[in-house]
Amino acid sequence: MRIGVFICHCGSNIAGTVDCAKVAHIARAYPDVVYATDPMYTCAEPGQAAIEAAIHEYKLDGVVVASCSPRMHEPTFRRTVERAGLNRYMFEMANIREHVSWIGKDMEANTNKAAELVRLAVEKLRNNVPLTAKQFDVNKRVLVIGGGVAGIQAALDCADGGVPVVLVEREATIGGKMAKLDKTFPTVDCSACILGPKMVDVAQHPNITLYACAEVEDVSGYVGNFTVKIRKRATYVDWSKCTGCGACTEKCPSKKSPDAFNEFTGTTTAISIAFPQAIPKKAVINPQHCRQLTKGKCGVCAKVCPTGAINYDMQDEIVTEEVGSIVAATGYDLMDWSVYGEYGGGNYPDVITALQYERLMSASGPTGGHIVRPSDGREPKNIVFVQCVGSRDKSVGRPYCSGFCCMYTAKQAILTKDHIPDSQSFVFYMDIRAPGKMYDEFTRRAIEEYGTEYIRGRVSQIYPNGNGRLTVMGVDTLLGRQVEIQADLVVLAVGIEASKGSPQLAEKLRISYDSYGFFMESHVKLKPVETNTAGVFLAGVCQGAKDIPASVAQGSAAAAKVLALFAKHKLESDPQIAQVDMRRCVACGKCIRCCPFGAIKETEFRGEAKAQVVETVCQGCGLCTSTCPQGAIQLSHATDNQILAEVNALCQC
Amino acid sequence: MNFAYYPGCSAKGSSSDYESSTQAVCRALDITLEEIPGWNCCGSTPAHAVDTELSAALCVRNLDIAARQGADLLLTPCPSCLSNLRAAARRMEKPAFRQRVNELLDAPAAETFPEVTSVMQGIARQIDRETLAARVQTSLKGLRLAAYYGCLMSRPSELMRFEDPENPLLMEGLLSACGAEMVDFPLKTACCGASFGIPERAMTARNSGRILELARRLGVDAVVTACPLCQMNLDLRQKQAGRACETSFHLPVLYFTQMLGLALGLKRNELGLNKLAVSANGLLEKMDNLRRADAVEGGRS
Repeated sequence: MRIGVFICHCGSNIAGTVDCAKVAHIARAYPDVVYATDPMYTCAEPGQAAIEAAIHEYKLDGVVVASCSPRMHEPTFRRTVERAGLNRYMFEMANIREHVSWIGKDMEANTNKAAELVRLAVEKLRNNVPLTAKQFDVNKRVLVIGGGVAGIQAALDCADGGVPVVLVEREATIGGKMAKLDKTFPTVDCSACILGPKMVDVAQHPNITLYACAEVEDVSGYVGNFTVKIRKRATYVDWSKCTGCGACTEKCPSKKSPDAFNEFTGTTTAISIAFPQAIPKKAVINPQHCRQLTKGKCGVCAKVCPTGAINYDMQDEIVTEEVGSIVAATGYDLMDWSVYGEYGGGNYPDVITALQYERLMSASGPTGGHIVRPSDGREPKNIVFVQCVGSRDKSVGRPYCSGFCCMYTAKQAILTKDHIPDSQSFVFYMDIRAPGKMYDEFTRRAIEEYGTEYIRGRVSQIYPNGNGRLTVMGVDTLLGRQVEIQADLVVLAVGIEASKGSPQLAEKLRISYDSYGFFMESHVKLKPVETNTAGVFLAGVCQGAKDIPASVAQGSAAAAKVLALFAKHKLESDPQIAQVDMRRCVACGKCIRCCPFGAIKETEFRGEAKAQVVETVCQGCGLCTSTCPQGAIQLSHATDNQILAEVNALCQC
Repeated sequence: MNFAYYPGCSAKGSSSDYESSTQAVCRALDITLEEIPGWNCCGSTPAHAVDTELSAALCVRNLDIAARQGADLLLTPCPSCLSNLRAAARRMEKPAFRQRVNELLDAPAAETFPEVTSVMQGIARQIDRETLAARVQTSLKGLRLAAYYGCLMSRPSELMRFEDPENPLLMEGLLSACGAEMVDFPLKTACCGASFGIPERAMTARNSGRILELARRLGVDAVVTACPLCQMNLDLRQKQAGRACETSFHLPVLYFTQMLGLALGLKRNELGLNKLAVSANGLLEKMDNLRRADAVEGGRS
């Protein structure tokens, strides 16, 4: 074998603490190495060209690059060697940046370690064999999970691109959080008016199948060929018959059902339609509050329904959909702010969340758009907004910024003045974060034109002061003094967290999530909508806090990724998968039981039972190879021989 | 049940009524307080503000006496003493600090100290709600009370370990067991102004005024405290607080032990009620009337 070795300087990233020329010199003495050099930037165009040239000039049949983590540039260099005519698996990478130069300062020790890692790579490469990917068909349908604005955008863009879309929404209506908002910043557009048409588009688009009141139960398969089980919760209303006329909701005698759409600012009937523009505009029965379902007598809705759509015996239903790609757009929920005992922990009716305040301002809300105090229905005059309740607060385990609260608080202050001209708003803030287009101008307007009093500081306590008002105690850190405000209503800008069930969904999708439940993108800067699972993309706040424009942009970006994926007629499978050596297999079945992907099945070979790997399902995790008592299953590109060669090399160093 | 007891300086002076009522209540509940011999001042606010080691040495000397007495638990009525004693014990867990403090003492301190806790927690640990209710002679039913803990009893929370630092409920538990109606008092852990009554009188008057104002708005018959300094600021300085709020208050401010004592039917002179600056006579009269009405009611039925 003829191996070429390239020790990258990575500018000064590696060369600063590793003697790259010396590593190259040492590498020349390794078995089969016929060429070694130390370029400045191996990944740059001249660096890649130099690899190609060396392959031709020295008739190399294998290449080792010692540089950064393979996570970013292994695919780059595989393409490089492929361009020069080598098989892409006749390439090995040694990580001498993250594993050496960035973590140690001792030049001599670093140089030695780098040389050892290069030796490992060389020994691995000497045992490599060319591998070829197999091609398989792509099912050009996409699943979008979550029908908020990000999911709606992704679904519409995919559908417009000719791709059939399955949109799954947990709630009874799509629209997500945006549908609950009264107006949007910085233009003060009516939220329902700009989102409504998009929701209607979803309902009417021939390429979109919508499952509301549904959740993803199980996901199996792989990019191009996912099988998804969806649980359609029983709504007790046959939606194929329901016309959304609302006769049932008018007559329902159980009127104390919690109104989730209105953020529990009011109550609704046990059979309800979330809001007038709901998509789908279908009735849903809340089984905890329906008299027929809890007590067995009532049946009013069934009597009044003109189409006979009510079905009290309905059960959850599982439907199976086959798709080639998945977009997760599951959004967010508010953190549980009751941990703030000093703000009443949820016990004071006139201390509400900003999302509840949106519902109070909304014409479709429980008060018909009149801002009133939940406690006594009086119009508030002094309104205090408290920002960063559960954002940027390590004491409650929420160190991150929720991103959009500064802006909606300014918007709510402006709208408050519009609703109640003789009102005065106060905003307690830490910093005003308004980096978007027209955003800072908007907050200035709230302060300068609308006379909102911005107080830089935190609120230490809110308490009912015995005369029907709330005392808000805080600090003004700019003036360096304590502030006390008598408020009629306090609105908390409660921080966000990933929507409930996000970690469980991530497990099903086999994608990573951070400690707050937000899904991890493949690369924080360069792959913001991709995940580390091929074919699964992200859109909206499920990936991290973002406002409506950013969510819409990411929805479109995810759709672009889906369309690019589906532009190919065939996909290539990764050949780094398990292979069974039929001669050694004793059909003990241990591999079948340990495989988390169900990728191994029993087969018959010349009359004997044997294990067989389903190549398209195998993810190359290697569990079976370490479980097999016979060593009969080997993972291509990480065989026992290859690993032992590395271990040997290391032990001889 | 016997407990080692550290009364603190104020018990022997400004809050002798807290002391006498504490002793009386504990006696009535069969809790024996054994005052540790030869104790000294914990250093109060000035000592720890000046020198951490010297201040700790004052406390450690007391802890050491209790430890050598073989006590597992040391009770003190005063939150400030409690805070100092607990902080000193915590600091002594660090060997270097322990060494520096030991050099200040006549002899090295004991390796381990008894746990220090408040008299309130001590009573609550020993006497459960039902037992306490059973001991009540004169129910507090019909009285509306605000429990005021002050800022030190529950803070810093990781040192004091006194329930929810923002919303402790221990005192409410004890007094409601005696029949009292306890209002939700949001300023229960707000600062009364503490020792700033001397250098910053206006500030103390404002802080105490805010607490008294809220209590009055909530329509309470009395504010119940657990701290000698809080009691002094709310009671002795009540006129100053009233002036700061452009009003005048007349709100009795009792120690929780005095309130418990009344419920347990102890003699009123034993509870030191005559020491209060704002007379509790109105409160006592209301109690007497309520109980008389009960008796009449009971007689009729």
